[in-house]
Amino acid sequence: MKIIVTSQGGSLESPVDPRFGRAAWFLIYDSETGQHQVIENTQSVDAPQGAGIKAAETVSRLGAEVVITGHCGPKAFHTLRAAGIRVVLAAEGTIASALDEFKAGRLKPSQSPDVEGHW
Amino acid sequence: MIIAVASGKGGTGKTTIAVNMAFCLPPPVMLLDCDVEEPNCAIFLKPVIRKAESCSLPAPVIDQAACNACGECSRICQYNAIVVLKQSALAFPELCHGCGGCSKICPTGAITEGERVIGVIEFGASRIMEFVQGRLDVGQPLSPPLIRAVKRHIAPEGVTIIDCPPGTSCPVITAVRGSDFVVLVTEPTPFGLHDLKLAVETMRTLGLHFGVVINRADVGDANAAQYCHYEQIPVLLELRDDRRVAVAYSKGQLVVEAVPELRPAFERLCRKIPDLWHLREANVAVGENGAAEHRRAWPI
Repeated sequence: MKIIVTSQGGSLESPVDPRFGRAAWFLIYDSETGQHQVIENTQSVDAPQGAGIKAAETVSRLGAEVVITGHCGPKAFHTLRAAGIRVVLAAEGTIASALDEFKAGRLKPSQSPDVEGHW
Repeated sequence: MIIAVASGKGGTGKTTIAVNMAFCLPPPVMLLDCDVEEPNCAIFLKPVIRKAESCSLPAPVIDQAACNACGECSRICQYNAIVVLKQSALAFPELCHGCGGCSKICPTGAITEGERVIGVIEFGASRIMEFVQGRLDVGQPLSPPLIRAVKRHIAPEGVTIIDCPPGTSCPVITAVRGSDFVVLVTEPTPFGLHDLKLAVETMRTLGLHFGVVINRADVGDANAAQYCHYEQIPVLLELRDDRRVAVAYSKGQLVVEAVPELRPAFERLCRKIPDLWHLREANVAVGENGAAEHRRAWPI
């Protein structure tokens, strides 16, 4: 299963980026192999509008089944759900600790967005 | 002739200047309220609205059965109004600018153009003046298409006055573009001057002829007047702070009718604009006292 975590940097020790649409990086973690790779979210960071929608499209294309981030607005949430992706919110700390929290079941998928757009 | 009334800062008196000028010009006069997010010329003009038509933009309608999720529509959309997920495309009409690119590029013909209503255009008359206003629906983020739709009704003859939105971004540029002259209304405060400078920069970039009205000119500081002098921008009118003007405004009355002594000032303002237009070639501008003053260059 591919889990994508929004990240402020390029490693497992980087802090989680609380923003989804305009997150600096996406860390793609494969729970079967334990391997990860990172990509910069340049396309959405520079978008004039619809950054969350575009980011949702990007993570869908990358094959994510779960997205772990800090906050998510209504349009991005709707797009992620339409792509069949579970959205885990309120993640904090490093990417590694957020993944551990999720695997331990302490971070659970949300049923609704937690912020307005453009928060 | 098209005269746009604009400002950088909001609340400087654009609408007051626009409606009072409109009643001091020789007919036929037309007034277009292009401040479509908050059109309020009608409060002063009290027009009889005889016709209204809705203004809409094209927006994509997706036939999911025909979509093969190729992603072409998402790639062409500059506004992220359409994205492609695993098996389907998903549109966000409220982000769409209506360019039509997605429906043209779709290789399977899955996207057609529907209509999304963004506001209404209303036509009427106030005494002898023709009046058109745009009203953007609440929650719509995109006003330029409605402003353009209102401007399609500019009268071919006489003078058309355009009341513009505040600011210096797309709605203002859409409203002032194509004008023969722009009246920039400011106030003598640091805020007024800051935003006037932005407005002047905008008009110069657009290559439009303009002059300045300083409203409530005797309060605040002298920096706006000094700036205009230094930049060789004609000051068309300095309107003094007057409680009677504020009272008329608060009742939705025209200044030129509630305070008749001020009518000559507005008439003078109207006369200066064509004068400036004709004198342009000679690099001559007209000062506040009506006398022609030679300036080094036309302020463009």
